[in-house]
Parts: sequence; structure tokens; C-alpha cells
Amino acid sequence: MQTFDLEADGLRALNAALQAQTQETNQTSWQVLNPKGAHAVAVGLDAPIDVQVKGSTGYYCGGMNKQASIRVSGSVGPGAAENMMSGRIIVEGDASQYAGATGHGGLLVIKGNAASRCGISMKGIDIVVHGNIGHMSAFMAQSGTLVVCGDAGDALGDSLYEARLFVRGSVQSLGADCVEKEMRTEHIELLRELLEAGECDAKPEEFKRYGSARKLYNFDIDNAGDY
Amino acid sequence: MCGIVGLFLKNPSLEPELGSMLTEMLVTMSDRGPDSAGIAIYGQEAQNRAKLTLQSEQPARDFATLAKELGAALGGDVSLVVNDTHAVLELDETSLAKARAKLPQLRPDVRIMSAGDTIEIYKEVGLPAEVADRFGLQNMSGTHGIGHTRMATESAVTTMGAHPFNTGPDQCLVHNGSLSNHNSLRRKLRREGMAFETDNDTEVGAAYLTWKMQTGSTLGEALQSGLDDLDGFYTFVVGTKDGFGVLRDPIACKPAVLAETDDYVAFGSEYRALVNLPNIEAAQVWEPEPATVYFWNH
Repeated sequence: MQTFDLEADGLRALNAALQAQTQETNQTSWQVLNPKGAHAVAVGLDAPIDVQVKGSTGYYCGGMNKQASIRVSGSVGPGAAENMMSGRIIVEGDASQYAGATGHGGLLVIKGNAASRCGISMKGIDIVVHGNIGHMSAFMAQSGTLVVCGDAGDALGDSLYEARLFVRGSVQSLGADCVEKEMRTEHIELLRELLEAGECDAKPEEFKRYGSARKLYNFDIDNAGDY
Repeated sequence: MCGIVGLFLKNPSLEPELGSMLTEMLVTMSDRGPDSAGIAIYGQEAQNRAKLTLQSEQPARDFATLAKELGAALGGDVSLVVNDTHAVLELDETSLAKARAKLPQLRPDVRIMSAGDTIEIYKEVGLPAEVADRFGLQNMSGTHGIGHTRMATESAVTTMGAHPFNTGPDQCLVHNGSLSNHNSLRRKLRREGMAFETDNDTEVGAAYLTWKMQTGSTLGEALQSGLDDLDGFYTFVVGTKDGFGVLRDPIACKPAVLAETDDYVAFGSEYRALVNLPNIEAAQVWEPEPATVYFWNH
């Protein structure tokens, strides 16, 4: 295992080392010590490596990730896993606002709570939150799946496109054009897979599904008040 | 951007460390706001005495004989301790209003940074670490304190434009964000008799809360009505003589992290401002909810 002390060696050196790993690397296991809330830890990775971050991070942890598996044994600041393309990020603690924003692929797991705007404008990423999520989550979400084992805040799925939302607890309010939908067998199956991948033992049958009513896709003057 | 820090001690044995802990938190937030920095510190209350923190561009000239002159004018004992460009006046609390009226006549260039029983405010233009050094913030003790590093958006980079703002006895406010209706609100508050020293949006937020409290609201009620009347983005941290509060606007774009242990409540714009606090690993750490008032009292 490669060990990197962020306090001693600095952020640029850490990200340069991680970003230098290639598809064929044999340095597949990395440990980052002393993150102490630092920003942009392990961003822009593009290799099948495991990165263990021992502590809490600041903004944009794991941003733009491809292929790598990143586990943060602490909490993450705003914008964790922003624009992730593939790979997996597991946060053992809480996440601040806009976790997983604009993500195109991969899996983001938050074992604590996520704050506001979780999954905003998600474009294919899957997000599993063990706890609650804050207001305006999945705003303008386009595709991918957001699974929430706890409660959701105000305006869930406002102006939602084709992303799938599953919430086990209560939803404070649904945003414009977001409606509750029927849970079919294929949704139970999808949820079962995601919950398992997300290290969560919740039962798929306990969730409700939400999605777009598709009324706001094309402009219709009768819906002007909803925009 | 701007960076905010705050520390409210529950355990009195930490009081001698307040300045050093706050300084470290403040300096960590330098890259959120390198324009100016300020700190409000709540120290021990002296019996029947009030404090005025003053600032002068020419401290040697303005402060040398001020205590004597003001004492003669008020007919009482006035003490003064100079700290770089600032000085803390202590005087009989019944003469406070008279002193405020007399000061502009005696020293037209001296500005009042804070007034109250326990509050002292120190703020200047410059990097937070330099500002902290100038005033020896790391050596100060107290029960609670609030600090701010400023990235100027709504008004000039000046000493008076730095935070915290003190607009009522022992009250202070720091702000991360920008208020969009501060000009109209300032006009309204002027008509209500409030005075302003800058074009700064935060001063309007602070004066608004003071005005609300002068007209019968508690701090909690004033903050609650601020949610309706203040338009824009804000994370506020407020200090009172014995309390410490946090409020975020309903959109809550501006970051905020709170941490609480048996010994203290700490606030930071970012988690990394809190990482060196004692026993932070065991603290309850969370993001304050939007449009929700958080408040702690001694």
C-alpha cells in the first residue's frame, strides 16, 4: 500500500501521484493521511485504484473521478464526487451540499446524511444515501438513480427529467413536475442491486418511487406558472 | 466568499485559550477572504463599567491624553488601553451615552468599533494573520468570540467596511454572502433613526437586527423576521453579551459547519477551520439547516 501524508507532502503532490497512475499500474492501493478538511482531495483520477482517505475532506473530494474507488472515513465538504464519470466513492460520514452534482456515471454512497442539492443536475450517476438529504435535491436531474434511505427535504426533484428517485422516509415537498410513481418489479430489482452495492441493508419494498410527470418538457402556456 | 469563524465556550477553563483558538481558525479561512479581518471578543464584565473600542488612523496623536480629557468632560474615572490602531476605553456605564456624544467633539477622527459591557472589536485591512498579529489576538481571553475574513463584494476595502459590525450594545454580526435589498432597507432604517457609517450591506443587516430588538423583539424574533425582510444570500453569525447564534437564508448557498462538544460550540465556513480544536474528533458536527435560527446562551 502507498501511504501519503497530506500534511507533510501537500495536495499537489498527492493529486499528481494519483493522476499519474495508469490502467496497468501495480500501485493499486493508496492511503491518504491527515486530510483535515483539505479541498480537492483525489480529484481527476483515471485508473482502477483504491484510495482510502483517513479523515474528513473539504470541497470537491473525488471530483471528476473515473474508474477509481475512493473511500472517505470521515465527512466530505461541498461538491463531493462532482461530475464523476465512473468508479465508486463511499463516504462513511456526512456530505455537504451538492454531492454528486452533474455526475455522469459511477456510484456515490453517503453513509451519513447529505445536505442540500444532493444529485443536482445528475446525468447518469447512481447515489445511495443511508441517511437524509436536504432541500432542492435532484433539481433538474437528467438520468441516473438517487436512493434515499432517510427523509428528503423541500422541493425534491424540481424540474426533473429522467432520473429515478427512491425515498424510504418522508418527503417534505415535491418540486415542480415531480410526482410519486408506481413501484414495479424492475424498480425493486434495481433498488436491490443499488442497496447492496451501497452497503445498505434497507429493504427495497420500503421505498417509494418518484419521477417526472413530463409536463414541463415542452413549453405549454397552460403550465407557465409551474416553471 | 468571506470566511466566518466563531467559538462559544461552555467550559470556563478554556477561556484563556479563546484568542489562540480563534486566531488559528481565522487564519485558516484566509483564502476565503484576504482583504481584511476582524474579531469580536467577549471578555470579563467589569462591575458597573462599560467598554468602548475605538480606532484611529493616528493612534499616537488621538489616544495620548484622551482618557484624561474625556474623564474631565464626564466628571468620572476613564481608563484607556491602546492596542495598535485600537484602544479600549472603560468608563462608568451611566456615562456611556454622554461619552459617545462627547467623543466626536474631542476626537473627530476617532471611530467607535464597539460598545457594551464585555465586547471588544478589532478589525483592519490586511491578511488575517497580519491583522491577528497586530492586535495580539492569540493572547486574548474571553467567554466567546467571532471572527471574519473578508472578500469584499458590496463595498470598499476599508477598516470600517471590515466585519464584525456592532450596532447595539454588546451585539455584533458577521456575514458571508451579499444582501440585494440593502440600499432600500438602509433608507427605511435611516427613517427609523438608525445611523450608518458605511455603504456596506452587512452593516444594514446588523442595524436591522438592532432596530428590531430596540422595538421589542428578542434576538430570536429579530432573526426570524430577518428571513422575510433581508433579500439575498447570507450566513450570519451573531454575538450577544452572553449568547452566540447562527442563521442561514432559505436557499442556504453559503457554507456553514457547526460543531458542539461538552466544552464548546464552534462555527466555521468550512470544516478545516475546526480541525485543530480540542477533541474535535468526538464533536457532533453538522450543517445548520436553512432558515433555521440556532442560538446558545451562557
